[in-house]
Amino acid sequence: MLNARLKLNQDVFLKSATARSPRDGFGEGVIELAEKNLSVVVLSADLAESTKLKDFAEKFPQRFIQTGIAEQNMCSIAAGLSTEGKIPYAVSHAVFIAYRSWDQIRLSICMNNANVKICGSHEGFSNGPDGASAEPLEDIALMRVLPNMVVVSPIDYEQTKKAVIEVSKIQGPVYLRFSKAKIPDLTTKETPFRIGKADIFVEGKDITVISCGSITYEALLAVRNLRAKYKIEAELIVSPTIKPLDEYRILESIRKTGKAVTIEEHQINGGLGGAISELLCEKLPSPLLRVGMNDSFGESGSYEELKDKYVLSAHHIENKILKFLKEKKEQK
Amino acid sequence: MPVNKKKTAKIGIEELYKTSNKLKQTVIDMLTEAGSGHTAGSLGTAEIFTALYFQILNINPKKPYKKDRDRFLLSNGHICPIWYATLSERGFFPKSELWKLRKINSKLQGHPKKNSLPGIENTSGSLGQGLSQAIGIAIAAKMDDLDYRIYCMTGDGELNEGQIWESAMFAPNKKLNNITWIIDRNNIQSDGKTEDVMPLENLKDKLESFNWFVIEINGHSIEEIISACKMAKSITQRPTAIIAHTIPGEGIEFMENNYQWHGKVPSKKEAIAAKEELRSII
Repeated sequence: MLNARLKLNQDVFLKSATARSPRDGFGEGVIELAEKNLSVVVLSADLAESTKLKDFAEKFPQRFIQTGIAEQNMCSIAAGLSTEGKIPYAVSHAVFIAYRSWDQIRLSICMNNANVKICGSHEGFSNGPDGASAEPLEDIALMRVLPNMVVVSPIDYEQTKKAVIEVSKIQGPVYLRFSKAKIPDLTTKETPFRIGKADIFVEGKDITVISCGSITYEALLAVRNLRAKYKIEAELIVSPTIKPLDEYRILESIRKTGKAVTIEEHQINGGLGGAISELLCEKLPSPLLRVGMNDSFGESGSYEELKDKYVLSAHHIENKILKFLKEKKEQK
Repeated sequence: MPVNKKKTAKIGIEELYKTSNKLKQTVIDMLTEAGSGHTAGSLGTAEIFTALYFQILNINPKKPYKKDRDRFLLSNGHICPIWYATLSERGFFPKSELWKLRKINSKLQGHPKKNSLPGIENTSGSLGQGLSQAIGIAIAAKMDDLDYRIYCMTGDGELNEGQIWESAMFAPNKKLNNITWIIDRNNIQSDGKTEDVMPLENLKDKLESFNWFVIEINGHSIEEIISACKMAKSITQRPTAIIAHTIPGEGIEFMENNYQWHGKVPSKKEAIAAKEELRSII
């Protein structure tokens, strides 16, 4: 079922599949990058431990800047560093950096097309027990609307590690969002990854499923189940870059299947679902189902419990797609 | 360590006052032509801009992006007319640009846009960000072992912003002695007197308690501005804040200390009167 060309993890469906946290990929990726690229500096707003930057700080103390709990200051400092040729990675939990410092990201960074990488950890429900205040479900929307900003939401450990390095090659601001949760590996070291490129993980003809971020794992399970139980062949497109979208690949798929579903650990408004909706309205009007948070806040709970309650677990995705397909059939 | 060759326009104090007076007249013309903008703060800082650009800063208008130049960042971007007028007077770009201020397709935006013209070192407008930007540059200078200085001007009303205090905590903690922060203490902001809107005093105590080296000066005395900036360079372990006491609208009696001139511009008639008054001083 999995696209062989992408060299995905063949064991992903096994109970014994290796599960790793994307934030670990981030921490390791930053070190790998900094070893090669001497311009890279890292800023942390008192969350080095939880964003896996402790090793970086120990290895490169001269290139690690602790700002204390001051995200606004951190983002404008990063802008200043970038004017002198540094490549600053400003890092915190997504819920702080993308929200508290939005004005600084807009004015100090995006208006100057500053070469700053805004890195937001603990995506979606991955910091679940901390409750609604700690669950970034609007950050993609906040960052996507900013001119010059590139928005990337990798799906697992390996892809996050690659993304950290790849975004350094873009001259300009990037928002990189990743999870704290342990996610079964979907990709391998050999899986290709390019910013701005979406990949067909599973080929299909009945419906196009588009996802980003760690919830892609649930989307993949749903796609597998639809095939096994109902012989519905959904095409799974993984689109870690939300801006700029890989329009060509996405439209090509929807031209074939005639309908689309977006899956994201984010509000259905303004994020991936919003982006695909805008794309389809303008270029290929097609039935679209957006799966994600439906205009509400989260609450405390484990990652698994929250995904289940807010209908993002595989079985919910599966049922929603079934219902959607049925409705569309009846409408015909 | 690279040696900085000082390339400042060496002119006498009297000439500097003449220059600042001229810049004020230019600002009046620019704002009248633009039809909107911030008059009081632009006029009130003319001596500071003159002292910086004609005496203090190690800059070369012919090489505006030279790596070891001193940087000046304007955080209270709304007073940019005086910055633009000064940069042009100093030779960074032609005077003809000045009359395009705030107009469509202009490089002189209503609030500064970094590198829209040579010498415009930062983007500002939303208050509170310039000092943090300056800190970023100051850290980079230390990392790269370059000994240029970073000057940042903020307003005083701007000090209401929380980010200012984040950066005020940060810079001394990192011993960023390459920063000179100039506070235009003109006691007005949009809605009234600073001490009525949100009291700042005792500002010197506040900054000293954050471990800044603080100098209070008369911001209209070019001599005091120069000597404070020189003193700041000799401070080794911490950054310097210069609280420059200024009179908003200085030099024009009907504008001085009147907060209503913070965000409005003179009519053509008022502009003529203002310039006449300025000419009578010199």
